Amino acid sequence: MSRLSQALCLSIATLALMACSKPDGPAASGDLVVKIGTSNPLTGPQAHLGKDNENGTRMAIDDANAKGITIGGRKVHFELVSEDDAADPKTGTIVAQKFVDMQVAGVIGHLNSGTTIPASRIYADAGIPQIAASATNPKYTHQGFKTAFRVIPNDTKQGLELGKFAVGKLGAKTVAIIDDTTQYGQGLANQFEEAAKAAGITVVTHEHTDDHATDFRAILTNVKAKAPDLIFYGGMDSQSGPMMKQIKALGVTSKFLTGDGGCSVEFITLSGADGEGAYCSMPGMPVEKMPLGPDFKQRFNAKYGEIQDYAPYCYDATNALINAMQKADSIDPAKYLPVLKTIAFQGVTTNVQFDDNGDIQGGVITVFKIHDGKLSAQETLGGQQ
Amino acid sequence: MKLRPLLFGLALVAVLALPFLTDLALGRSWVRLLDFALLYAMLALGLNIVVGYAGLLDLGYVAFYAVGAYLYAMLASPHIGMHLPLWVLLPGGALLAAAFGALLGAPTLGLRGDYLAIVTMGFGEIIRIFLRNLNVTNGPAGIDLIDPIQLGNFSFSATHRLFGLVIPGIYNYYFLFLGLTVLIVLMSRRLEGSRIGRAWAAIREDEIAARAMGLNTKNLKLLAFAMGATFGGISGVLFAGFQGFVSPESFTMNESVMILCMVVLGGMGHLNGVLLGAILLAILPEAFRPLAQLQQQTFGEVYLDPASLRMLLFAVALIAVMILRPEGLWPSPVRKRELHASEEDNASTPDADPAPGGAA
Amino acid sequence: MDIFLQQVINGLVQGSIYALVALGYTMVYGIIELVNFAHGEVVMVGALVSLSVIERLVSRGYTGWPLIVISVLVAIPTCIALGLGIERVAYRPLRRAPRLAPLISAIGVSIALQQIAALIWGRNYLHYPDILPKTQYLIGGAVISQVQVVILLSAAVLMAALWVLVQRTRLGRAMRATAQNPAVAGLMGVDVNRIIATTFVVGSALAAVAGTLIGAYYQVGNHTMGFLLGLKAFTAAVLGGIGSLGGAMAGGLLLGVIENLGAGYMGKLTDGAVGSNYSDVFAFLMLVLVLIFRPSGLLGERGVEKV
Repeated sequence: MSRLSQALCLSIATLALMACSKPDGPAASGDLVVKIGTSNPLTGPQAHLGKDNENGTRMAIDDANAKGITIGGRKVHFELVSEDDAADPKTGTIVAQKFVDMQVAGVIGHLNSGTTIPASRIYADAGIPQIAASATNPKYTHQGFKTAFRVIPNDTKQGLELGKFAVGKLGAKTVAIIDDTTQYGQGLANQFEEAAKAAGITVVTHEHTDDHATDFRAILTNVKAKAPDLIFYGGMDSQSGPMMKQIKALGVTSKFLTGDGGCSVEFITLSGADGEGAYCSMPGMPVEKMPLGPDFKQRFNAKYGEIQDYAPYCYDATNALINAMQKADSIDPAKYLPVLKTIAFQGVTTNVQFDDNGDIQGGVITVFKIHDGKLSAQETLGGQQ
Repeated sequence: MKLRPLLFGLALVAVLALPFLTDLALGRSWVRLLDFALLYAMLALGLNIVVGYAGLLDLGYVAFYAVGAYLYAMLASPHIGMHLPLWVLLPGGALLAAAFGALLGAPTLGLRGDYLAIVTMGFGEIIRIFLRNLNVTNGPAGIDLIDPIQLGNFSFSATHRLFGLVIPGIYNYYFLFLGLTVLIVLMSRRLEGSRIGRAWAAIREDEIAARAMGLNTKNLKLLAFAMGATFGGISGVLFAGFQGFVSPESFTMNESVMILCMVVLGGMGHLNGVLLGAILLAILPEAFRPLAQLQQQTFGEVYLDPASLRMLLFAVALIAVMILRPEGLWPSPVRKRELHASEEDNASTPDADPAPGGAA
Repeated sequence: MDIFLQQVINGLVQGSIYALVALGYTMVYGIIELVNFAHGEVVMVGALVSLSVIERLVSRGYTGWPLIVISVLVAIPTCIALGLGIERVAYRPLRRAPRLAPLISAIGVSIALQQIAALIWGRNYLHYPDILPKTQYLIGGAVISQVQVVILLSAAVLMAALWVLVQRTRLGRAMRATAQNPAVAGLMGVDVNRIIATTFVVGSALAAVAGTLIGAYYQVGNHTMGFLLGLKAFTAAVLGGIGSLGGAMAGGLLLGVIENLGAGYMGKLTDGAVGSNYSDVFAFLMLVLVLIFRPSGLLGERGVEKV
């Protein structure tokens, strides 16, 4: 027993030591070390997306380091600081404060709108730019913070275009809407509902599930009774994949449309053969059609495997930050923050340029159809403004 | 006897200097963590009244935290355009949470331990589901741009100067939370020794005997729920003002479980123990963060995913502490004696150190 | 198409899974009065182990129900070993400890198992290959799939077997005796430690079967899948009366049906004011109502309070 308590003391001591060891960069002699933070859920149900975002950011940083960038006459070594926010708003703010302490040059993320919004206040106070690459809630860029940017079109745009698509191309007259009662899923579903109604579609029912659910038979049975032309789902692939299987198992014949959360390899894997014929949308272009997409995809696959969702956006977000620093020729946020606002460069996903709010300019939506177990691009909506 | 005021003075100075020292040594994110640790301390103290004093197992305590937080969020933000001050909303949140506490308590008074646990858990989930679906709480999107806490003209989120000391916002919150924590500790201490506190102890030890002695156990249990909820509500109000954003995902069942862990791990019914448990559990997951670096330095490569390893270590710590000190890290002397009285016959635990980690 | 019947069928299938998991909770609770918070995670491990087996063997030409049987035969010993390990490491040292201490260590075990699973299987959602026939049968306008039929049947068979084990064998009698009073049972020559271990063995084996069936049914698995399932199953056990085997079965089936009917009809009953988003509220309100009128659950012993 006493040996055990000694062991406990020892582990507490180690703990204390670890707590005290302050993170230092790898001392590449003489180089200017610039830290870039990214915060995503690396534990919990969305960890697969978090890892994907982290990898997208890491690739941009590796590329920049390989290129050898000089700022203010000194060679710069970029360093990735990746933290787990567990998709929890409170942890998100602690991570944000940590990034501020470390004096990171900027932050890519967070993954979820729920963590991005509370963290944005801390970055704004510290004057550190934050570039969201997957949080699509419109609120984020409408809080009046000069530090908040986003390289992905927000949900207002996506819902609107999808509503038009449902009438125009799918010829739907009736639709059943399902959402996962999350900030993202419900936000998108509500935008879609508005657009669909405006376009003259009858919404026969709006059902709700949640982001941990695996059984959707109860609501799908309701939907089946209404026999709509189309089912729209606002939520993530981890739900829409199994849902697709259950739709087929219950013999529902409606078409299926979902947003970017379900437009992933994961959705195809999880829905298997039952996913054939489903439609989904991604902000921007399909990776293959993106200006620099094929090359990115090839390199990413070689390094980290399949792209889940937002890795290309994280890549662009990181490059936007690095470009702004290069252009301002400074690693002082006060100098490169205004430059970031006016930046324009060819990214992987699109021509990166921000509007007055910090949202990406233009911004198109591409609709895909699952065909032979692959995402096949149908058409790109919205067009450059 | 002269040592006591001196020690007290030293402790006071240490506690007041803590944010400055933490900032210097570890960085400002640790000061923010201290702020959260104090919020958790208030929550744990509140739950301690229900679980530790009255012996009622509550797995949905976070509901009261949510009630306080949403009250402040709704009435001090652009959400419906009202900006009520803290001195209205803090008591308001406390009262509303107390009302919810009584609401939960009333139908569940007849239930035994584990049935009560599941019903309280259900209550916590019901509150969260409502927050997530009602329009007035803005559904899953939550409420943002919440006013920072302000008393008169003093804004807690702004940086102030005092005698040449620069005091940033998160320090102000630290002192505010510290003050309220101390207040709650004092209230708890008074309660514990009062008639009510002794009646709660009687119920906890043997409810039937307590009833036989003429205690009104129903009202006493209701009071425990309401008092516990009050502190939860206060903590919630402060959380909303501090964080500036609330959404239903901050009030999940996991939070309730965490708060319960704090109370039990520290030492149920013992104020020092509960405080220790709260602060330790709030800080531990963050303290494990540098693991990736440690791995990198020791092995030259990251073998195990640091995020998983961090939570794994946290879990192992929970299990280890419970096995080594099942009565908690810092149990009340009375309870410890009670527990070990039965074990003395078996002589199974020679370990009798009152202080944690003092065995080396 | 009969919607009501369809909802009931779906509910019964979901409910029989809850029931299998709830049995694990209720047996452990019945014997050592511990809420084994980690039980949901044992189910998760069962599901992921059987998935790994299926993935290995499906490429070698194995398929259909035989493959499911093989996978469950691997999952059962794994879960049993895990269950015994948990009992030995996290619960047995705490048997004389204050009531809440084992609860906290159970929570610790639950977190630990999730993270270990994340280290082994990764964080992605894993997909079960399509190996089962998609045969469907029509009953009175509702659809029931072969997988659903198999789940209902295997749950029924397992529960019957468990019933026989507990009510008709020596071992069962020893288990019941230990549940009544461990000290006296010990005096009567029952090896209490062995009985408690046996309880964990049986509960874990059921968890392995439940995990495999869940995998075959939903065709998706992840290291977090056990938590919510465990919570629901625990609710079912309490609904039925914790500690009672019949109660766990009834509670599981009832909860499954309530959830499905709640999600299916709440919108209609309230004219759209309250929809399927409140189905969990509905389930919990039912629980509260049942407990107010029957404080020991539906089939729980109306125990005399010990003084």
